[in-house]
This record gives sequence, structure tokens and C-alpha cells, in this order.
Amino acid sequence: MRYESFLDSVGGTPLVGLPRLSPSPDVRLWAKLEDRNPTGSVKDRAALAMIRAAEAAGRLRPGATILEPTSGNTGISLAMAARVLGYRIVCVMPENTSTERRELLAMYGAEVVLSPAAGGSNEAVRVAQQMSQHNPDWVMLYQYGNPANAQAHYDTTGPEILADLPTVTHFVAGLGTTGTLMGAGRFLREKVPGIEIVAAEPRYGELVYGLRNLDEGFVPELYDPDVLTTRFSVGPRDAVARVRELLDTEGIFAGISTGAILHAALGVARRAVRAGATADIAFIVCDGGWKYLSTGVYSGDLDDAEDALDGQLWA
Amino acid sequence: MAIEVRIPTILRSYTDGAKTVQAKGDTLADLIDNLEAEHTGLKDRLVENGKLRRFVNLYVNDEDVRFLGGLDAELGDGDSVTVLPAVAGG
Repeated sequence: MRYESFLDSVGGTPLVGLPRLSPSPDVRLWAKLEDRNPTGSVKDRAALAMIRAAEAAGRLRPGATILEPTSGNTGISLAMAARVLGYRIVCVMPENTSTERRELLAMYGAEVVLSPAAGGSNEAVRVAQQMSQHNPDWVMLYQYGNPANAQAHYDTTGPEILADLPTVTHFVAGLGTTGTLMGAGRFLREKVPGIEIVAAEPRYGELVYGLRNLDEGFVPELYDPDVLTTRFSVGPRDAVARVRELLDTEGIFAGISTGAILHAALGVARRAVRAGATADIAFIVCDGGWKYLSTGVYSGDLDDAEDALDGQLWA
Repeated sequence: MAIEVRIPTILRSYTDGAKTVQAKGDTLADLIDNLEAEHTGLKDRLVENGKLRRFVNLYVNDEDVRFLGGLDAELGDGDSVTVLPAVAGG
């Protein structure tokens, strides 16, 4: 397929069946390969949409500085686009993220400000908001509250899934900014009566929940629970076991957060089998496993893998 | 009817530092009242005006209770309940 530029090649990713992992011919799993985006993650969709929306609104002009709190993939997507389009970019990223993510950000020319590990992305958001106050001319796209994030998935991810799988009964994705689930979820609910929209939320180690008090908790402005049918919390052990299973049975090498999503998708599949229902379950493969190789979790003992991810922002 | 409840670091001051505690209840509301009897002050950190607090997430067997009926969510023997503060992803 031909595109006018690298940026134009965002989206249009394959949806592949998983005949070996699906529990039965009546209950089938389908993987939406979002690693086939320009920088290798689903975040390219939201990042480019947020930049285009800010340009259209006149907020982002040539030579401007973009500021964004990110645990990695959104920053990498924004940094690539910023380099190509001529913006400066500053990313605030928690220090407990994989080294590959930091290296990729640096490679694309992003300036990285590390925020403390305790509190995870909450801290990155807080630090970025402070920096934004001191630099009022910088443009914080703010993926957690930017409608263009969810809109990108309403306009592209959702329609792509429906076009490829008109019989879709379930959509399962990761819950971070909530953009994928809110956007694609809303679209699919409008078009497919009775569809179930299922969130898989990573459950991190205690360090990440190390807030000073509960009032420092964070719910993204984009989040609307009414879009979801249900929401599962998935720990690192299940996520790693599933990401290995995906590789072993279907040959797909995915990032750790995809393991969490697959765990939820398989749970949903089990329920469908028990109910004697027919199901076509589409789920998101957020990125490939390359950025997480340094964690060492793709081989060896599951206990060691769990230990390696303790305190890390692995999704 | 024993239900294991996992307590996050931030609320362990109410459980003498215990990471997990046992409690009883046919519903989540019952369970929280039962917890309160043993760990005074905990209920106020979880519930506000008869609803779950905005920045607290509770899961029954890893499923968010807000999608299982909230405080009316039914519990059974051997279920596990996890309490976590809401944090950002992405």
C-alpha cells in the first residue's frame, strides 16, 4: 500500500484471527496489530490526531514546543511526528520505565524529564502541569483529557474493526488514557447492538500506587464508565504468561500490556463458551515486545519475571 | 464465609500494616461494614455519601465492582477483594 508520507501511514492495521488460541470455532479471538503503526504502537493514532487538532486550532505553530506526560509510547509517537513536522518536544516520563523507551525518545530528539517512580504516571502528570505553568507558551497536548485522542479511535480504530469483522461481539483494549476504549467503544456501541466493551487495566506493584493520600488519585478526564461493559485488573504475572502464550501459539511477539489485554479477552471467551454463545472477540495488540526485552520477562521463570516488573510501569 | 481483602499501602495504617485481611459479607456494603468493625476509619476512606469514593477502585476477583453492582455487588465464599487507588496509565 502506498502513502504520501510516513505520517500518513498511521492506522489501517491488520486484524488477524488466532485459530490456535481461540477456545472453539464458535468463540474466536482476533488481534488488531497496532504494532504495525509508524513508531510501532497504537499511540501513533492519538498522537498524530492531537497534533493535527492543535494545528487546526492554531495552538501549535511552527517552532512551538510540545510538552507531554507519558509513560513512553505516546511520547515516542509525538517525538517522531515533532521531528518530522519541526516542533521541539519535552516529555515527562516516570523513571520506572524501560530503558528502550527513554532511548527511543532521545533518538527522536525529545528532551526527557524524569519524574519520581513513586506515584507512577500521576507524578508525571503533576510535574508536567507544573512545567506548563512556568512555560505558558509550551503546548501540552495532554492525552488524558484531549478529545482528539478518543476521536482518533472513534474515526479510525472502531470503523476498521467493524469493516474487518462485522460479526464482532466484544472489543477488549487496555485502559490507560482510556482513549482507545472511549473512542472505538463509542463507535462500536453505536453500530453493533449488544456489543461488549471490555477494559483491561494493568495492576502494578505497590510503588506505583505510592500516593501520599487518596485525594492524589487520578481518573482521566476522557473516562466515561458508561462506555464500558466491564473492567478487569490484570497483574504482571498473568500479563507475562499470556504474552508468552501469544508468542508460543500464534507467533505474535507483543509488548507486556498486550498480555494483560489478552488475559481479559480469554476470560471473556471462557464466559462465552460457558454460556454456549457465539463470540467474535477483537482485542488490541498495543505494541511489539522489542521495547521490553531489557526487562528479561520473555524467558525464564515466571516468578523472576514478576519480580523484574515489580515497581515498573510495564504497560 | 471468608473473603480475603487486599489493602493498598496507603490504607495500611488502618490494618496495623497488614497487606491482606479477612472479612465477611454477602455484599460489598456488608463486607465494608464488617471491615469497619475491625479496622475503624477504613470505611470512610472507601465510601463517601453512600457511594464508592472517586479515587478508590475495588475489584472482586479482579473485576471492577462498579460494573458488578457497586456496593450491592454480591460476594461468595473464597472471593478475593482488592482495593487500589486510581492511578494514571498511558
